Amino acid sequence: MKVTFDGTKCTGYGLCAELCPSVFKLDEFGFPEILNGGEVPDGDEDKAKAAIIQCPERAIGEAK
Amino acid sequence: MVDGGRRLDLSAEQARGTYKPVDTSTLIDVLAAAGLRGRGGAGFPAHIKWRTVSEAEQCVVVANGEEGEPASFKDRWLLTHRPHAVIDGLLLAAQVLKARRLILYVSDDDAHRCLERALQDLRASGIAPRAQDIELFKVAPTYVAGEESAACRAINGGPALPLAKPPRVFESGVDGLPTLVSNVETLAHAAWIARNGASAYRLYGADASPGTTLITLGGDCTRPGVYEVAYGVRLSDVCHRLAGGMAGGPVKAILAGGWFGGVLPASAIDLPLTFEALRDLQSGFGCGAFTVLTETSDALAVVADIAAWYARETAGQCGVCMKGTQAISGAIADARAGRASETTLVNLRRWGATLHGRGTCSFLDGAAALARSTVENLLEPPVEAR
Repeated sequence: MKVTFDGTKCTGYGLCAELCPSVFKLDEFGFPEILNGGEVPDGDEDKAKAAIIQCPERAIGEAK
Repeated sequence: MVDGGRRLDLSAEQARGTYKPVDTSTLIDVLAAAGLRGRGGAGFPAHIKWRTVSEAEQCVVVANGEEGEPASFKDRWLLTHRPHAVIDGLLLAAQVLKARRLILYVSDDDAHRCLERALQDLRASGIAPRAQDIELFKVAPTYVAGEESAACRAINGGPALPLAKPPRVFESGVDGLPTLVSNVETLAHAAWIARNGASAYRLYGADASPGTTLITLGGDCTRPGVYEVAYGVRLSDVCHRLAGGMAGGPVKAILAGGWFGGVLPASAIDLPLTFEALRDLQSGFGCGAFTVLTETSDALAVVADIAAWYARETAGQCGVCMKGTQAISGAIADARAGRASETTLVNLRRWGATLHGRGTCSFLDGAAALARSTVENLLEPPVEAR
């Protein structure tokens, strides 16, 4: 599984980094850095899906 | 291409072979053999872009003349002096790709006027029937308006701001169709190659950076301006042989690639101007704009002004870009004011590394390169250079 990220929508709520820290890491400005090019480590798929669903700005998606 | 700096009208262009019918059935292969690389900034191989779009049933071609890089004037020079060379390339691309729409995308008033006039002359002559279909699209000038997804978004009726990728414009651009967005100089070279062949193009330049290119030379040389040079020439030779030498003593620093290539040390003046040589310095050839600063210029003041420009000119779409450019600008302003602490340098170095690739477009990459290279080449020069 791989995620997509739209930086033009993100306003820095930071939920993604709480829900799926293996993919999203907040930088010092409060915006997520996407780790491993958005590849979700095996076993973390549910966490990544939670980040996709709960992002208030719909800035995260699943890559096709 | 520069041809003595003259403005060439339609008859002068025709005398050079422009618009002469040519077999385009193998043109993509010829572009591959020529090794033509894009002149908009990234240096991406032109034939790959063309081939990808050629596989679509319907497509659009956009000649991108929106020269947002503030240190660059070469596209404006080309559009005001050789508009037909660009239109010729656009028509050939449209023929090869069977494009549904052909669009000239510009922001500069003079360039727009010259293209309008050139299109009028071409349509009246009847020598290129598809000239009737060419659309001339004018956009307000900003740095990011020239980014390919911003161009397609503007043509589609939206703001000229970059979009998140994917999709890339070669998948979905103007009207949602696969779109070739090509820099205007790249198209002019493509037309030259179509008529003169790949071997003739490769007589100039270097192996991986073949041919000639337009560069914009600025800063403390006697005659700043737009020059056509073969890739591989040394910047020192351009300065001394073409631009009349340096006006302000020994070289102190060079701004490369427009501004997104950051600050280079004085020693870079003797490097060959190729994509590879500049990439090896963690810089970039970019759109070929070089600003040479001598000891009489306050290089740190220039860099601080550029950092402030980044903070001002950010499109404001991505939070990390707004915050990052502000932070970099503030830190370099501190350095200029003599207030740079070790923390300031640590921060600039870190932002130089961590902010690269974080924005929706490459704007933030330019600010990050400036942060990193300012520390390396102006604030912490090697001991022997102090």
